[in-house]
Amino acid sequence: MQDVLPEDMLRFRHVADVFRESCQRWGYHEVRTPTLEYLHLFTSTGTLAPSMLRRVYSFLDWDGWSGERVVLKPDGTIPIARLYIDNFRDREVARLFYVTNIFAFEGTGREKRERWQYGAEFLGGAQFTSDVEVVLLAREVIYQLGLGEVELKLSHAGLVKALVREFGLSFEEEAKVLNCIREGDWSILKNMKGSAPWVDSLLTGFLDLQGGSSNFLQNIKAISRDASADFKSALDNFISITSSLDILGCDYSIDIKAISGFEYYTGVCFHFLSGENRVGGGGRYDDLIPLMGGSEVPACGFALYADPIMELLPWKEGESAEKVLVKGKDLSEETVSRSFSLARLLRDAGYMVELGFDECKEAGYRWFVSVFDVDSFSIMDCERQQTLQVNSEEEILAAIRG
Amino acid sequence: MGYQSIRFALPKGRFLSSTAQFLEKSGLTFSGYDAKTRRYCLESSVFSNLVAKVFQEKDIPVQVAMGNYDFGICGLDWIEELQTRYPASALISVANLGYGNGSICVAASKRLGLSRIDDLPGGCSYRIVSEYPNLAESMALAFRLGEFRIIPVWGAAEVYPPENADLAVLWHEEQEELSFHGLTPLAELFPVMACLIANKESLESKDLSQILGCLSQQFVARGDIFWVTRDFPRRDRSTIGSISTDWQMKKVKLALPDGHQHKPAAQLLERVGLSFHGYSTGGASRRPRSDLDWLGVKVIRPQDMPLQVANGNFDLAITGEDWLKEHLSRFPSSPVEKLLGLGFGGVRIVVAISQDAPVDNVDALRTLVQGGKIAPIRVASEYVNLADKYLRDNRITPYKLVPTWGASEAFLPDDADLLIDNTETGKTLERHRLKVIDVLFHSSACLVGNKDSIAIPEKKEKIDFFLTSFHSVGFQ
Repeated sequence: MQDVLPEDMLRFRHVADVFRESCQRWGYHEVRTPTLEYLHLFTSTGTLAPSMLRRVYSFLDWDGWSGERVVLKPDGTIPIARLYIDNFRDREVARLFYVTNIFAFEGTGREKRERWQYGAEFLGGAQFTSDVEVVLLAREVIYQLGLGEVELKLSHAGLVKALVREFGLSFEEEAKVLNCIREGDWSILKNMKGSAPWVDSLLTGFLDLQGGSSNFLQNIKAISRDASADFKSALDNFISITSSLDILGCDYSIDIKAISGFEYYTGVCFHFLSGENRVGGGGRYDDLIPLMGGSEVPACGFALYADPIMELLPWKEGESAEKVLVKGKDLSEETVSRSFSLARLLRDAGYMVELGFDECKEAGYRWFVSVFDVDSFSIMDCERQQTLQVNSEEEILAAIRG
Repeated sequence: MGYQSIRFALPKGRFLSSTAQFLEKSGLTFSGYDAKTRRYCLESSVFSNLVAKVFQEKDIPVQVAMGNYDFGICGLDWIEELQTRYPASALISVANLGYGNGSICVAASKRLGLSRIDDLPGGCSYRIVSEYPNLAESMALAFRLGEFRIIPVWGAAEVYPPENADLAVLWHEEQEELSFHGLTPLAELFPVMACLIANKESLESKDLSQILGCLSQQFVARGDIFWVTRDFPRRDRSTIGSISTDWQMKKVKLALPDGHQHKPAAQLLERVGLSFHGYSTGGASRRPRSDLDWLGVKVIRPQDMPLQVANGNFDLAITGEDWLKEHLSRFPSSPVEKLLGLGFGGVRIVVAISQDAPVDNVDALRTLVQGGKIAPIRVASEYVNLADKYLRDNRITPYKLVPTWGASEAFLPDDADLLIDNTETGKTLERHRLKVIDVLFHSSACLVGNKDSIAIPEKKEKIDFFLTSFHSVGFQ
């Protein structure tokens, strides 16, 4: 269980505000999906791998005599796809964003079971320009937050799938190889025999490289003339995306192996990394909505992860608005009512005001106003170490305004 | 002191005699551990600091994981059932003991014409019945069955497919057994061997070397658990062929009880003038036939009936009021209701505590628990939802529920402080030195029905006929 204390909450809200503003400027609309969803939403699509599904919090609902189970939302994207199917017209373009918590069981009890993420999804965008859009939007948020050195890493799930298909494996073998690859283990593919010479040279020559521009992909194109149509079209799509990013001056590296994680990606996928830490990621998932029973709606999106971002966020302790303490010197009816009315006046004028009546600490405030009785106040400017005696609320306001 | 007692949890039932032989061969005989015993607490004939208690096999992994016992012996199926859902349990599987029988499999009705799990299409919703709900869920996820519902049952899983479930995850000894029930195995998940399990902390810090020394001579290598070692692809969307059965043609479906309630239920039905071939005359068929061509009948566990009536698998069932109330406290808006009291199988659902405890009523118990004398109080019950409600309503807090699968009285006083269970005469409680401090209610057999079914005119007509038969011999 994780409490979020005031200082962390300020940081969380700040990130959410920056994210929200950027999304809105790009024409995205905020939505919220429920914390409880039906389990079959995540199992029937076959989009969460069994290793993830084993870690969901699932239980019987109050009307669960049918065996229907509900879960605490384990993923942000799948509920958005459901929301789209349920609420939007066929093939309509929708740009949506959300701030949500997701849940996963963690056996040791030491890790967090609830994590927050900031996500945006572009539903109905078929062109490579939609991929470019979500990458740039994510990058803009990261830049606005001032997270420092954050690297963008690109891969392409469609390209990797087409590459594996070049080996002519059975359906089951292919699934097994893809599972290994998603878990970061490429040795199984590298050790596999019987592929065309260009596949061999791609695996030995290019796989471990980090491409710095679309030229890297052009080089792959040059050696893969004998590739399948699927591979070629995936490669062309990847080239279109990276060329646009080149022109727009967006730095990235291409790491074909960086497709770990979600099974639902079908096209470009990307990660934002600060050192080893992933601060966000996303990609294209054209099969998800049809798999869930919707129509053929292509889509892509990303999520930024709250925990690593809050760690990286530049933040000065105690950086908040200038506070006023209004302190009543006794608990008489007169003093209490004058204190409350003075506080209200100052709040209406835009100041953050706390009230105190007993022995309270006087640190952490810019101004400190003592309320004695009718028409008698003293104001202390803590920054300038000056004290002033005044006789009316108006004079107090004037003194504070300087 | 240096004299720590070592506690062993031993199985009843299918592994009792083979476990007794195994212990004897290992030089660890417990006197009185045999099929005839009615004792639960046993002492070692060899080591004076070694004691054992006899449990339902299903309870053993939980008891060892909780640390109530250092060692346990039970089938791999019950270990997996716990660990697949709670991988962080403080339970260590020490060794395979080399004996056991049967295996856990996924089976479907023969009539579907499938032979392998890979033949199951995606895009369908599967109803999976099992005594092992956690294993069933894990299996469904691993095999990527897509949409599925787990129907947990206390027993008789084999009678559900194909009408009331598509798949069953069950233990079986021989293939013929499945075949007899019209099932075909689609995948054998793992053979059920007896295993030695130990509590993690006990292994880490307690001197168990003498006992382990005796047992270890007979350890054998562990096998694989089938689905964990394979990767399964996402399934293509297609649909499973539907099979029409006689069952679907029946207008009204009735569930009859097995076990203790079988005989009195059969006698009662005879009196009412309803006869069921394979049930009435003490027959043990799971699918008795009725002379009424509109009535479909299956024999299942009374504990499972309210849920099965609620989900529409059955319209009517003969069960106990205790199980109906247990169901309704979990699902208050369930459509199951009592239609008739049948009078037989009368029991009291009681709250019992050790005769040595200084309490005679629930108020004294509350004072004791709230005063921190026994807090949290451990409450053993087969009726977890009723027990939960009772404890909440009476503000007996803090408490911990220990769910059991029968013979709950054996848990007191070592492994639980309070018992909420049924009793017929009170003699068993007496024998375990327990006293009753409160009675929740009196329960006897009843006919339950699904409100929604009764609202369907063509079903209502038949159900009314059924009820009239009971009314005519005086049941109201």
